[in-house]
Amino acid sequence: MANEVRDRSIDPASQEMLEVCQRAGLETAWDRFDRQQPQCGFGELGLCCRNCNMGPCRIDPFGEGASKGVCGATSDIIVARNLLRSIAAGAAAHSDHARDVARTFQLVVEGKAPSYSIKDPAKLERLIKEYGVDSPVALAAAILAEFGQQEGPIQFTRRAPPQRQELWKKLGIDPRGIDREIVECMHRTTMGVDNDYVNLILQGLRTALADGWGGSMIATELQDVLFGTPAPVFSEANLGVLEPDQVNVIVHGHEPLLSEMVVAAANDPEMIELAKKFGSKGINVAGLCCTGNEALMRQGVPLAGNFLSQELAVATGVADAMVVDVQCIMPALGALAGCFHTKFISTSPKAKFPGAVHMEFHEETALETAKEIVRTAVLNYQNRDPAKVHIPQIKSRCMVGFSVESIVAALGGNLDPLLGAIKMGNVRGIGAVVGCNNPKLPQDYGHINMVLELIKNNVLVVTTGCNAQACAKAGLLQPEAAEKAGVGLKGVCKALGIPPVLHMGSCVDISRILVAAAAIANALGVDISDLPAAAAAPEWMSEKAVAIGTYAVGSGVYTVLGTMPPVLGSSAVAALLTSGARDVVGACFAVEPDPFKAAKLMIDHIDGQRKKLGLA
Amino acid sequence: MEMKEVFVRLDRCLGCKSCEMACAVEHSTSKSLFGSISEKPLPIRRLYVEKAEGQNVPLVCRHCTDAPCVAVCRTGAMFQDTVTGIVDRKKEKCVGCWMCAMICPYGVIGRQKEARVAVKCDRCKDLDEPACVRACPAGTLVFATEGEFMEVMRKAAAARMARMALSPG
Repeated sequence: MANEVRDRSIDPASQEMLEVCQRAGLETAWDRFDRQQPQCGFGELGLCCRNCNMGPCRIDPFGEGASKGVCGATSDIIVARNLLRSIAAGAAAHSDHARDVARTFQLVVEGKAPSYSIKDPAKLERLIKEYGVDSPVALAAAILAEFGQQEGPIQFTRRAPPQRQELWKKLGIDPRGIDREIVECMHRTTMGVDNDYVNLILQGLRTALADGWGGSMIATELQDVLFGTPAPVFSEANLGVLEPDQVNVIVHGHEPLLSEMVVAAANDPEMIELAKKFGSKGINVAGLCCTGNEALMRQGVPLAGNFLSQELAVATGVADAMVVDVQCIMPALGALAGCFHTKFISTSPKAKFPGAVHMEFHEETALETAKEIVRTAVLNYQNRDPAKVHIPQIKSRCMVGFSVESIVAALGGNLDPLLGAIKMGNVRGIGAVVGCNNPKLPQDYGHINMVLELIKNNVLVVTTGCNAQACAKAGLLQPEAAEKAGVGLKGVCKALGIPPVLHMGSCVDISRILVAAAAIANALGVDISDLPAAAAAPEWMSEKAVAIGTYAVGSGVYTVLGTMPPVLGSSAVAALLTSGARDVVGACFAVEPDPFKAAKLMIDHIDGQRKKLGLA
Repeated sequence: MEMKEVFVRLDRCLGCKSCEMACAVEHSTSKSLFGSISEKPLPIRRLYVEKAEGQNVPLVCRHCTDAPCVAVCRTGAMFQDTVTGIVDRKKEKCVGCWMCAMICPYGVIGRQKEARVAVKCDRCKDLDEPACVRACPAGTLVFATEGEFMEVMRKAAAARMARMALSPG
């Protein structure tokens, strides 16, 4: 058993909870993953098409059976169509999240959402100027119009270096409207429309760019306006942040719209009084996944864990409420919560779950709903079964909240110190490591080993999402982690008092990395594809990661994936993604599950870029 | 000792062809899906999912006693292991005359074109459980002794009969 939990996670708190789960007979994602073995080979290769009812069709990768679907679609067409649908789904997730934030922003500036306010008026002013409008109300309208607009550009795409924008225009992949690109993906992939794999993938690039430089960036910027632009703050991470004698409210999902209100409600003296009346010492809000990242970097709310920790958090027996919004929430939580006193509370009209209590959240009444949720958790505290309580005493300190603005501030007001360090070679390059957990790899194994390899080799790491949380749990987000970095990077970190791994936020905040990359490229007078930089998603699983990887490559960033995307069924598509794309957009994908080898690929790429820039 | 064989529960096949794919991968050089699809020559499956009379039917070598394919093989390439009962072929002795393929009542002897030799199920001798059985998500393929398989079938039949007897009307 001990061996098995080590195969499932490298996080000691997860290992401890997995043993608890096994003893108690509680099923987790890892058990269900085992039950799915072996997984379907047609699916793994992307060779199954279910887009019309003449099928389902599949192509025999060994050449003996069918080489075409009923309509005549070859493996190249089927693989490319499936990939395009994944990109569309991922872009839709980020962009629909952005739409909700933009709608909230609109209600706030119209005075219709009294629970919220403008926390970063300076950024609001900058955005008003950037959009060329004259008021917050006009800005809200202009941003919301970008979802449904028919012709481009999407304003934030103009933040890219001019060379990059020209390239997008030349290739016909400069996004026109956020929703338009997603809809067009669905149109092109339905029966009998786009059957040219190159044309399909170009639309994939355009859709992904509308996510990275559109939906995701809108979400990030307006969240900053509404809740404040993150600045460095210390907190703690891992299951040990759950409190034995306080009401634990876990916020999970992706949007800060609700979690910010939950934090406010939990700080309400009336609620704290109520909590004490019911026998607890207070109210502890903890985060999971990107909702956790948002709350962590703006409010210093401690982090319970990343994606594969969600069931383990319930299994501690001290989760008085598990409050969820959208994305990456396992439907398994309902049944698991049923084994405990935990109230599993869904809040989005878009996301309901079996076994959940639905307490629907609306912008106009946000704080009231949040108070109701916190009250439910407070009242539930007394229902805990002490026999089922097990909190691993494991947590790490972390320094988080490195928005582009706060990085520039940490550097003393401009990027020059960083550019200087890159030119000198103290900082060899920048590695953006992001993405999910996936039981195909032990939890955090890919993340932590890759990041350690990179910083050891003087690559400054910027991180978001589940990688950021893996690093937080592993103690890599504290300034002391500079000791684990190579000599050059260590010196830079110590001089600035920063960790060698910078937490830049949630998954939509990968847009912050794009902004930083564009700023660095512009300062050097080059394109993003010329930078000594590389990206990786060592444990990716979500369609959102497919969209992210695609906009990274489309923006000129070499990107290494740690799990195989379902594209190998077409050697043409695989070759386009892993080499051909380099001649088109100046960057391509690589796939390498071994984090040590993957880090080497990134470092080799960075060294090659340095050479091309004439840096030693 | 009674040997285990690959049995088919005929009412269960979903036609997903996972068994065919797993078989080809197991008989590849790399033994991995992602590696095998770029091998030259491509690996070959040894069992076949056919559709007849509206039913999906996985066809897999029955390793017959006194197997016709062994009987007609004039070079001694096709042989039956006296202990395990597995019918296999020695590649180096096969001359590609296809007598075995012509006589097999199930049509489960294929050929490797480049080398012009017969290929057939070897029941994955190196594995505890053949790759096709391990890959089957529907419990259609069962690796069991004849006695064990009959017990599975009897229990299923008993459950069916019990339901019929208990159902009102």
